[in-house]
Amino acid sequence: MIELKGIKKTFFAASGPVEAVKNTDLTIEKGEIFGVIGYSGAGKSTLIRMLNLLERPTEGSVTVDDKALSKLKKKDLRLARQEIGMIFQHFNILWSRTVKENIAFPLEISGMPKEKRKARVEELVNLVGLTGREDAYPSQLSGGQKQRVGIARALANNPKVLLCDEATSALDPKTTDSILDLLKKINKELGLTIVLITHEMHVIRKICHRVAVMEGGSVVEEGPVLDIFHHPEQPITRDFVNQLSEPEEMKESISHLSEGADGTLVQFTFVKGATGSPLVTQLIREYQVEVNIIQGKVTHTQDGPYGKLSVLLKGDESAIDNALNYARGQVKVEVIPNA
Amino acid sequence: MLSSLFPNVRWEDMWEASLQTMYMTAISVFATFILGIALGLLLFLTSKGNSWENKFVNGIVAGVVNLFRSIPFIILIILLIPLSVYIVGTMLGANAALPALIAGAAPFYARMVEIALREVDRGVIEASQAMGATNGQIIFKVLLPEAMPALISGITVTAIALVSYTAMAGVVGAGGLGDLAYLDGFQRNNPDVTLVATVLILVIVAVLQVIGDVTTRAMDKR
Repeated sequence: MIELKGIKKTFFAASGPVEAVKNTDLTIEKGEIFGVIGYSGAGKSTLIRMLNLLERPTEGSVTVDDKALSKLKKKDLRLARQEIGMIFQHFNILWSRTVKENIAFPLEISGMPKEKRKARVEELVNLVGLTGREDAYPSQLSGGQKQRVGIARALANNPKVLLCDEATSALDPKTTDSILDLLKKINKELGLTIVLITHEMHVIRKICHRVAVMEGGSVVEEGPVLDIFHHPEQPITRDFVNQLSEPEEMKESISHLSEGADGTLVQFTFVKGATGSPLVTQLIREYQVEVNIIQGKVTHTQDGPYGKLSVLLKGDESAIDNALNYARGQVKVEVIPNA
Repeated sequence: MLSSLFPNVRWEDMWEASLQTMYMTAISVFATFILGIALGLLLFLTSKGNSWENKFVNGIVAGVVNLFRSIPFIILIILLIPLSVYIVGTMLGANAALPALIAGAAPFYARMVEIALREVDRGVIEASQAMGATNGQIIFKVLLPEAMPALISGITVTAIALVSYTAMAGVVGAGGLGDLAYLDGFQRNNPDVTLVATVLILVIVAVLQVIGDVTTRAMDKR
């Protein structure tokens, strides 16, 4: 659906050229939700803005729905852009227009006749759950509602792709989740390809099928979300994964407990089916070890659950060894050396 | 009663002068609004980072705007007499003052328009580009509506400046309240005429200010 080939973007600042995006290739399949994660300054914003040529790549080609955007003439580019919706961190809706009029705006641009516009706007208002707020001005809406207007507006011309530029970064956690649910619903119901950028692993976990991790202008790791969670290769990817599975309190309680505690500190990582298995029960029953649960968390991704459990095992050395061998057959096991 | 308080005021003259002032103000405000927005748009769109970015055009327009803003109005009227003769066919009367009034006020307003347009959220313009809007659509559906409250309060300030410019237009025999106050009031030593003319000008200014404020408030949905 989307293909980036040899994309580069260099900005020429007073202090010299800045390579915002270095030689990057990326393919995004039809119907998937593709996430790009990175810290600020990683080049992810520049990357997504090149997908509709708001930012023109210095080198390389951008192909969306078999159209090579970088080669299109001005007029054709405008038409192509009508098939690529975009939502923004700060919503970017017009304060001078009501909800209804904001949603009608892209329809005016594409030249839809007035009678048809009305029906389409109504449909969109219902789709994003703003029924009853049609005549409100943006200043009367909450952040989440403003983003819903943004989404309705982006979907108005039945685009094939939706670009989300930090769409939830200005929202509180609860509103973020409701917007993510809406995006997931749109992806499923309309089969829309969604590309989003974010700095929150939570967003990737919750709705993305595949993810690319960006650092210093390059994509350093890419793959299905669950794989990335299970086998993060780059240090920065591990950082992001740990944002979710190892909250600060967990690290603290582990270091606290491992100080002078006797026993073996172990971390189990569960993927997919394994999250349902009664591992702890088995260890206690069959291997006669004492299992002291320290911390645990199960995270759900689009492709299934992913969890981490930290336990302190006590018992005979051989019993612990046997227990660990058994566990290795079920889940990923990491023995954490006592501090 | 009025005639005993203001023995030298000829009310029909006063009325005619008021009409002349209102006529000159109305026409010049209207023309300034259109011309100022056009110039302001040109200044904004040709500036750095905008869709018609063009240093050369921007420099020329900015130069002309600054030049006309710097010439004192009383001198501008005299300088523009040949132009007025060419456009309106006479160098005397209210119509003869119009080219000078507009040439004096439009550049002043154009700068306010430029500032108002710069205040429009860049993100909104960008979102419109992402939707595939043409430059014309961005101008008429985004830039102007989003800047409208500032454009209206700007034209209010300009309109009030224009009322005082019309007082100077007396030098080309344009008439109006200012002219009456000077010729009939000051020169002939009739302070009551000056007083009444001044009060009428104040009334016109106050009405303009109220119209401007109410319109700005009604437009501003932020």
